[in-house]
Amino acid sequence: MATQKFDVVVVGTGPGGYVSAIRCAQLGLSVAAVEDDRAGGVCLNWGCIPTKALLRNAEVVHLFHRAEEFGIKLSGFEADYAEAIRRSRRVADRMAKGVEFLFRKNKITLVPGRGVVKSATAVEVTGAAGGMTLEGRALILATGSEPRSLPGVTIDEKRVISSNGAVRNETRPGSLVIIGAGAVGVEFADVYSAYGTSVTLLEALPRIVPIEDEEVSAQLARIFTRRKIEMKTGVKVQSVTAGDKGVKVTTDGGTIDAEQVLMAVGRAAKVKDVGLEKLGVAMDRNFVKVSPMMETSVKGVYAIGDMAGAPLLAHKAMAEGVVAAEAIAGKSPRPVDYANVPSCTYCRPQVASIGMSEAKAKENGRGVTVGKFPFTASGKAVALGETDGFVKVIADKTTGEILGVHILGPEATEIIHEFAVGRTLEATLEEIIHTIHAHPTLSEAALEATLGALGQAIHL
Amino acid sequence: MAVTKVVMPKLSEAMETGKLIKWIKKEGDRVNGGDILAEVETDKADVEMEAFGSGVLRKILVKEGDTAPVGSLIAVIAEPNDDISSLAGAAAPPPAPAEAPAAAPAGNGKAAAATAPSQRPAAVPPQPKTEDHATVAKTEPAAKSPAGAEAANAPAAAVAEGHREQPGAGEGRVKASPLARKVAAQSGVDLHLVRGSGPGGRIVRKDVEAAASAAPQGARAGARPQFRPVDLTGPEFEDQPLSQMRAIIAKRMPLSKAPVPHFYVSSEVAMDRAWELREELNGLEGQPKISVNDLVVRACALSLLQHPGVNASFQGDSMRVYHRAHIGIAVALEEGLITPVLRDCHAKSLAQIAVESRDLAERARARKLRAQEMSGATFSISNLGMYDVTEFSAIINPPEGAILAVGTVRRVPVVEPSGLGVGRRMTMTISCDHRVMDGAMGARFLQDVKRLLEEPLRLLV
Repeated sequence: MATQKFDVVVVGTGPGGYVSAIRCAQLGLSVAAVEDDRAGGVCLNWGCIPTKALLRNAEVVHLFHRAEEFGIKLSGFEADYAEAIRRSRRVADRMAKGVEFLFRKNKITLVPGRGVVKSATAVEVTGAAGGMTLEGRALILATGSEPRSLPGVTIDEKRVISSNGAVRNETRPGSLVIIGAGAVGVEFADVYSAYGTSVTLLEALPRIVPIEDEEVSAQLARIFTRRKIEMKTGVKVQSVTAGDKGVKVTTDGGTIDAEQVLMAVGRAAKVKDVGLEKLGVAMDRNFVKVSPMMETSVKGVYAIGDMAGAPLLAHKAMAEGVVAAEAIAGKSPRPVDYANVPSCTYCRPQVASIGMSEAKAKENGRGVTVGKFPFTASGKAVALGETDGFVKVIADKTTGEILGVHILGPEATEIIHEFAVGRTLEATLEEIIHTIHAHPTLSEAALEATLGALGQAIHL
Repeated sequence: MAVTKVVMPKLSEAMETGKLIKWIKKEGDRVNGGDILAEVETDKADVEMEAFGSGVLRKILVKEGDTAPVGSLIAVIAEPNDDISSLAGAAAPPPAPAEAPAAAPAGNGKAAAATAPSQRPAAVPPQPKTEDHATVAKTEPAAKSPAGAEAANAPAAAVAEGHREQPGAGEGRVKASPLARKVAAQSGVDLHLVRGSGPGGRIVRKDVEAAASAAPQGARAGARPQFRPVDLTGPEFEDQPLSQMRAIIAKRMPLSKAPVPHFYVSSEVAMDRAWELREELNGLEGQPKISVNDLVVRACALSLLQHPGVNASFQGDSMRVYHRAHIGIAVALEEGLITPVLRDCHAKSLAQIAVESRDLAERARARKLRAQEMSGATFSISNLGMYDVTEFSAIINPPEGAILAVGTVRRVPVVEPSGLGVGRRMTMTISCDHRVMDGAMGARFLQDVKRLLEEPLRLLV
C-alpha cells in the first residue's frame, strides 16, 4: 500500500475541513484532504447551499403570488419543482468546483475515498482508486454529521426522508409531515408550502424554533399560520409507519396521514468507523472532546466542526478550522468565542440571533433593558413590502453590554452581524447608537431597537 | 537576580532635585525590598527612601550632602556576581523626561551610551504592576497622615527601573473596550493598572473583572461591625509593632493638636431636599451614583471660594489664602487612614466629584494612589456617616486651616409649621485653626455650606 507524507492530513472537506486545509496551506504546511463525497461536504453539497437555492425559489414563487400587489398582472404561472431542485444542484455543483479550485490554488492534495485514522500520524484511505496511507505530523478530523432519526423510525429517503432526500427528490409530495421545527424543519416547511404541499410541522418542545427567543417563535408561528402551514407543538411522535400510499404518524395528540415524512429532529456527529476508539480519543457524550485549540485527548490529533460538539453550524466549524490550523502551525490563535456565534434560519421571514434570549438573560440574574423595533415602522421594509418581524436588543441595564439580539424579518441573517462585530469589540448600546446607519436600510431597525433599549427610539 | 537601579524619586510635583541627607545602608549591605535606603531632603520635607529591589547595595553614586536631579541614578542594587560596570561607571545622568522614555541621556562616551536604552527613570514612584521588574517590592504608599499634609516623613519609594510594557499608572492612553471602560468606572478599577488580554494588549471586560475581584478585601469591606469570638484563655495583652502608617499618625497627630489652637463650630443641616435630589439623580440612567459626601464636597468647594479665610494656611509670619479648593477626603483603612486629595473641586460637577472621589477612595484602599494625589489639599472633609456617627470633631491636617467632620443623616422628629413631622438631619462640625480664622468666620462658612445643602439645586448650577 502506497504511503504519502504530508505535514497535515485533513479528514473531511466540509466547511471545517476545507477551511482548515486552506489555512494550513497558507501557513506553509503541506496538506492532504480526504473526501468520500464532493469537496465542500454536506454544507455545500447537501445542506446550507442547496437549501438556500431552494428557499430563493420559494421566495420567487411567493412574489409571483403577490404580483398584483405590485401592479403586475399574470395570467397564471407554473412553478416547476423539479427545476427548482435542478437549479439547487447546479448551485451546489458550482460551489463544490469552487472548493476544488481553492484546493488546487493552495496546492492541497485532494484524496478521494474514505479516511480511517490508524495512528496519531496516519490515515488509511480506501476508495475507488484503491487504498493508500497518508502520514501527517498532525491530523485534523472533520467528519461532520448526518441526519438523526427517532428510535424505531427508518429513513428510506422515499416515504420517510431526511434533508438528504429532500434536496435530491425532484418530485414533491402533496402532503408532508415534518418532524422537528428547528432550522431545518422550518426551512423545508417554507420551501414545500410555497410550492403547494400541505405541510404539518410537529415539534416536541412547546414552540417552533425552540432555541430562539420566545417572541420570535410566537410571531413566526403567527406568520406560518397565515400561510396555512399547520403546526403542532408540544407533541411527541410515537410511531411512523410507512405504507404503499403514504405514511401514518402517530403522536400523543392523534394520528396524521401524509404522503411523506421529513425527519428534521437534528443531526448526529459522524464519529463511528473513523478509528477514534482504537486511537483512544476521549469523547464528551456523542462528540469528540477537544481543547480550546481543538486538539483531542491524543496529541497532534485535532477535531473540528460538527463532530467536536454543538452548535452544529458551518461557520462555527470554519472558525474552529482556522484555530486548529494556526495551532498546528505553532501560532497561538484566539480560541473560538462560542458565546458569540450567530444563529441563522433562512425561512421567510428569516430568523437570526446572537447571545442570550431575554428569558436566559433574566435567568442569569442580569438587570436587563430590552429594545424592540418592528419592521412595520421601517421605511425600507415597507417599500420592500416585507414588514413582518422585528429587531429585539437585550442589554445589561447598568453597563449597556449587548447580551443578546434577536431578529425576525427580511435579511435578518445579514443584519445580525453588526451586533456580532459589536460584541466582539465589546461595544455597548452607546457605540451602536453613535454609529450612523444609512437611510433607508433594514439595518436602521437595528439602530432603532438599540435606541429603544435606552428609551430613545425615534421612529416609534 | 536582576539589577535594580536606584534613582532620585520625584516626591512632589514641584520637585526637581533632591539632597541626599544620609545613606542608611552602606555599600556592601544586603537590602530587601521595602528597606529604608536613605534619607532625602526635598523642597518640602525630609523623606525616607525605600528600596524596591533586593540584593546588595553595590554602588552609591551620590555622596551624603550632595544634590541630584530627579530621576538620576544614585545607587545600584545587584547580586555580588552581577556585572554593573556599565552602570557604576556612569555619573548620575540628567533626568530623561518621562514623556520621552527613549530619549538617551546626554552622557559621555560608551558607558552612558550602553545604559541609554534602560535609562528611563519614571517620573513618579511606580505603581506595583505585574509585568514590572521582578524586584519591585510592595509600594508602601507615601502615606499622608491626617496631620501630615505634605507627605513629610512619609516613607517614599526609591524608583526601581523596570522593563515596562506599558506606561506607568496615570500615563498615556489606555487601550480598552467600551464595555471594559464602563465596568471599570462602575467598579472603581483604574484601567492604567490593568493588563489587557485582548489583541495588542487591549483591555477587555474580563481583565477589568479580574482586577476588580483581585482588589484587597478591605476595599470592599462594609461598615458593618463583625463579631469576633472572644478568647479569654490567652494572655492578658499583647504588644503589637506599629505599622508604618500608624507610626506616622502617632507622630504627626500631636504635632497638629498641640501647636494648632483648634476651635469647633457645629451646625445641623436639614437634608430632606438633598436626599430627594440624590435619589432622583441616582435614578437616572447612566449617571454615576452620588453619595451624601459628594454633595458635602460640592457644597464645601463652592463655599470655600466665597470664604477664602477658611481656605487658608498659617505660614508662621504670613497667611496663605488659596484661590482653589483642593479637598482632602479622609478614607479609612484597616491600619489607619489616608487622605487623598480631590483637586479643583470648585470646578467640578457633582458627577465628576462622585466618579473621581470614588476612584481615589478605591485606589487609596488598594494602595494605588500616586504621590501627588496625597498632598496639596487646602481643606479636608472627614465623614463617619457610614458608621452611624451622630457627630464628631476632627483634628486639622496642617498646614490646612480647617477640616469638616460630617455625621450620618438621621431621621428625627422635627417641628414643622403644621405640627410634628419626620425629617432628615445631619450634623457637621468644622475644626478651625484659630491662628488663621475666628469663630464667626467659621460659622459663616458653615452657614453657607448648610444653605447649599438645604437648597441643593444650587449644587447643580
